[in-house]
Amino acid sequence: MRFLRKFAALLHTALIHTTTYRAEMLLWALSGSMPIILMGVWFQAAKAGSLQYSPIEMVRYFVAVLVIRQMTMVWVIWEFEESVVRGRLSHDLLRPIDPVWQYLANHFAERVARFPAVLALVFLCFWLYPGSAYFPGWGVLAQAAALIFGSFITRFALQYTLATVCFYNERASSLESLSFIAYTFLSGMLAPLDLYPPVVQQIAAWTPFPYLIFAPARLLIGEKVDVSATFQVLGAWTCGLIVLQRWAWKKGLSRYSAMGA
Amino acid sequence: MLSVSDLGKTYRVADKQPGLSGTLSHLFRRRYRDIEAVSGVNFRIESGEFVGFLGANGAGKTTTLKMLSGLIRPSSGSALVMGYEPFAREHAFLKQITLVMGLKQQLIWDLPALDSLRINGAVYELSAHEARQRIGELGEMLDANHLLTQPIRKLSLGERMKCELLAALLHRPSILFLDEPTLGLDINAQESIRSFLKRYNQRYGATVLLTSHYMADITALCSRVLVIHQGKLVYDGALSSLSERLTPNRVVELRLTDAVSDEVLRSFGELQAKDGLRVTLLVERALLRKTIARIFEELKPSDLNVHEPAIETVLGPLLRGEQLVEGPESLAATQAASDVGHPSDVRTS
Repeated sequence: MRFLRKFAALLHTALIHTTTYRAEMLLWALSGSMPIILMGVWFQAAKAGSLQYSPIEMVRYFVAVLVIRQMTMVWVIWEFEESVVRGRLSHDLLRPIDPVWQYLANHFAERVARFPAVLALVFLCFWLYPGSAYFPGWGVLAQAAALIFGSFITRFALQYTLATVCFYNERASSLESLSFIAYTFLSGMLAPLDLYPPVVQQIAAWTPFPYLIFAPARLLIGEKVDVSATFQVLGAWTCGLIVLQRWAWKKGLSRYSAMGA
Repeated sequence: MLSVSDLGKTYRVADKQPGLSGTLSHLFRRRYRDIEAVSGVNFRIESGEFVGFLGANGAGKTTTLKMLSGLIRPSSGSALVMGYEPFAREHAFLKQITLVMGLKQQLIWDLPALDSLRINGAVYELSAHEARQRIGELGEMLDANHLLTQPIRKLSLGERMKCELLAALLHRPSILFLDEPTLGLDINAQESIRSFLKRYNQRYGATVLLTSHYMADITALCSRVLVIHQGKLVYDGALSSLSERLTPNRVVELRLTDAVSDEVLRSFGELQAKDGLRVTLLVERALLRKTIARIFEELKPSDLNVHEPAIETVLGPLLRGEQLVEGPESLAATQAASDVGHPSDVRTS
């Protein structure tokens, strides 16, 4: 209960902070609109009829990708890097709450503030591609929302784990750039994964990436997805990453010199 | 309350030559060197004490504060703050301390201070009523209540520091680590912060360890000072005794009855200032009695006053990192001797 009160205060203030910059928030939402561009490319490709997706299915897939990407955006590594380099982490460390909750609150608050812009983008896509508008049903929507939440947590855990490298090298965000290539290619963000060669699909299955976008996107467009198995994979990756993060955090703090503070 | 035993911190830093060749060489063969920021420091601070922590830039003051507040792990020795090992950063420990760093802020830049204070209230588990009451109380002491609804970025440096102090003290910590809290503030703001800290210490019995380059802060607030030089503690004692140990001189102020040449005046001591018949001399403490007797006999002054040099003058070289008059080693030796008993001294004024 005491923790919930602390987290609620962090969330409340983060929400006030996020909504202070409405224009910036809209621009950030638009900067994540790559799926809309890819949607146009794949819509044309699907029109040729050689793909297992119809043009409308392709549009729906990328609308789902758009929503998932927007709702699972993570930037904790840059926030953490700046905190370490500028010494702001010192203030966070001196408060009787783990700094991770502040970062999570910032992400959640931004999500809430971003949601109306995402809805507007969804309706824009439906308007641009007549016949693509659809409603997956409340049940599917609820399951997809849960999967998207799980996807966000896993992505956050991955980036936060990489962020602890800041204790050893102040430019940990370069690692994220590397990880982002794998994420972009293997998550289904560029194209539905079932269009990839089987060997790539097999390799992807051993990584957390297909479960971050492809699985919830398929669910949203009405395909059959083993929701329980997807949760188990995301859960396993998240737990592993949390263990690794806590270990690296403990080791890293011993090296922290609180420079700049 | 707070005890430090053989505390030390060594930083490992990259050693890189300047220029492109240095950069390329560093890329393939990294070299590091160890810097001993703090070495074998021992002291003890009792509950409610207001202690000044002095030293030049890079002497080890901030590193010591960081170790005491639990931000960094000591390389050697140990520290106990209210029975807690700081680096473990147990929540019970964090609720009893605060660290304020001048020019570093915890308040959210774009929001009014009240929004940040709301977080602090919740994080330190204060009820909404308790938080409101303390904000009102501290706001009144700091004369900052009218500032709390303005975005932090719109406030002046002094106003921001008032809000920072309010945020840092909302949970009413028993131990305050203050690292140059008046840095960069104008004289009025400095005075306001000083006066607040004094009242806070008196009202709540808080223990304070303060570093500052402004001697006015130290002289106004601290009866005891710790002096650190090149990572080593070279003095721990009363501020009043420090100047006696640091300088072998006393200031002799004279009002002459007749004009006297500078050359004659210099035969009594170092001529510091001369304004008509008003003269200020610096006289070696060991020669003070004889010199004063000579002055009365030869110059027949209408008035004579002897006092310690201003603490700012005495500590200036120390804070600038220059070699001390006696040197830190001899200062430490004098300190050790003073543990047995203060050396007798000539008191003329």
